[in-house]
Amino acid sequence: MMTKNIRREDMSRAVIVHAILLTYTLVALYPIFLVIINAFKSRKGIFSAPMSLPNAETFSLEGFTKVLARSNFELFFFNSFTVTVVTIVIVLLLASMAAWALSEYKFPGNTWLALYLAVGIMVPIRLGSVSILNLIVELGLINTLTALILVYVAQGLPLAIFILTEFMHQIPKDLKEAARCDGVGEFKIFFAVILPLIRPAVATVAVFTMIPIWNDLWFPLILAPGDGKQTITLGIQQFIGQYVTDWNAVLASLSLAIIPILILYLIFSRQLIRGLTSGAVK
Amino acid sequence: MAHSGPMTDWRKAKLPVFAFLAPATIIYTLFMIYPLIDSIRLSFYTTPSGGEMAFVGFDNYRTILGDPDWSATFWNSFWNNMKFFAVHMLVQNPIGIALAGILSLPQLRFRNTYRTMMIMPTMLSVVIVGFIWQLILSPVWGVGVDILDIFGLKSLFGPWLGKEGSALITLSFISVWQWVGIPLMLIYAALLAIPDDLVDAAIVDGATHFEVFLHIKLPLVLPTVAMVSILTFVGNFNAFDLIYAVKGALAGPNFSTDIMGTLFYRTFFGYQLQLGDPSLGATVASLMFLIILAGVLFYLFAVQRRLARYQL
Repeated sequence: MMTKNIRREDMSRAVIVHAILLTYTLVALYPIFLVIINAFKSRKGIFSAPMSLPNAETFSLEGFTKVLARSNFELFFFNSFTVTVVTIVIVLLLASMAAWALSEYKFPGNTWLALYLAVGIMVPIRLGSVSILNLIVELGLINTLTALILVYVAQGLPLAIFILTEFMHQIPKDLKEAARCDGVGEFKIFFAVILPLIRPAVATVAVFTMIPIWNDLWFPLILAPGDGKQTITLGIQQFIGQYVTDWNAVLASLSLAIIPILILYLIFSRQLIRGLTSGAVK
Repeated sequence: MAHSGPMTDWRKAKLPVFAFLAPATIIYTLFMIYPLIDSIRLSFYTTPSGGEMAFVGFDNYRTILGDPDWSATFWNSFWNNMKFFAVHMLVQNPIGIALAGILSLPQLRFRNTYRTMMIMPTMLSVVIVGFIWQLILSPVWGVGVDILDIFGLKSLFGPWLGKEGSALITLSFISVWQWVGIPLMLIYAALLAIPDDLVDAAIVDGATHFEVFLHIKLPLVLPTVAMVSILTFVGNFNAFDLIYAVKGALAGPNFSTDIMGTLFYRTFFGYQLQLGDPSLGATVASLMFLIILAGVLFYLFAVQRRLARYQL
């Protein structure tokens, strides 16, 4: 009798818990879902039945054809992709090198250098935009992807160095000592022994670096607003500003921006959470 | 952080240590630290169009804080930003904490799926999120009315984004919708790190999961809650994209959604008839820097220290 009551209590508690979680999941996903389903409808379908799935009568790809015809969407996508991938590779390499040096070698000012490199975690790089623009103009890099990459590398380094330094501390001492006893050089220890070991942290750092860069509007707007150098976020912003009344085109362009990120996220979400929960970030 | 310090003496490997540290330090210094310091320097100069830069002391600060028009604009954006921040603290972080608490309940099914789905909006671009909600809240499309109608709340609907009284709050809620994932993720990770035996003992003593969360788990993750708060503060006082995407650089209606980020952009680049002014832009950026610095120092010295003492 008693166990039965307890079980009933457990059941009703589980129902409440799942009801709350489902409700919030719906709140989080429905707006995104709504935009994507309506991107596949005709103009009439968008307005007459916004909340239903596209059917034989309302299905239409006219939004997508308009976006692809009227904007350089593929180019913007390629720009964002280039900037993001090149930045991630540079950040991961430079940050793991610096993190390794900070965690492995005793040298004067070690703690101060670590603190100096951590300032950028809290102070937003945007506040230096006036001088960054001057600098980029002087370097002759205005309206280039290189300008964005340089700024994003500087933006990504502090957090990446911080996370990787924490992670490097967990590498067992024996591994390094064994390599040293065999007379392996310091560079080789890093590239052949350490780099392969930090792979789990790399995924976390890559996601944390990637998301703000891919989504940024500020620096593309300031440093590379034209000449076909727009990133996808800026390109979409400009496109929607121009075609604000064309609902098919607006919904399709939003979907084109959302879908790649969602796919990437679903692939990497496990690593992201694992990195967080394994104590890489504290 | 109970790890040992660095082990190897650098004198055995001077060249490698230098080569490992130099590239990151140089790029970071050149494109982050130097511009931040140089911006503060620029705020003490004036740049007349075509003329030479001239040192003017605190004149730019006097203009922004003392000139009636400028100071009204500045304080308007400051208080709007405070409201923007307040909504995040009062809505986003409590929801994030509550959801993290529920997700960390033992034996919860579909935990990972829920978590993955709930964090999804956080991954999207702020610009895209702004447009999504602009469409949903648009009276032209009417889908917002339809959704409210399901709950019998149709009469509540209004052009919230267009009205001076409600635009800022609406935008704050849009931002909350997007960023709930951050407190959710960080606090969830901190909750998972709590040893099981602490919780089990209380459950055996007859405490409910809610009591355990309130009296055992929450106090233990307070340092993370404090960290989330300061991240929220820095993020909010640096926000720009959402307002710019939905309302443009003029942050309408009638500057009612103007925050520090949009003010910085307008001052720096200009808009309509007003020309951009790099010196005044640098001054606004320096004031933003001071505000953010004040928040971070408050966190480091007042909040984190006190919490650290609690932990002992």
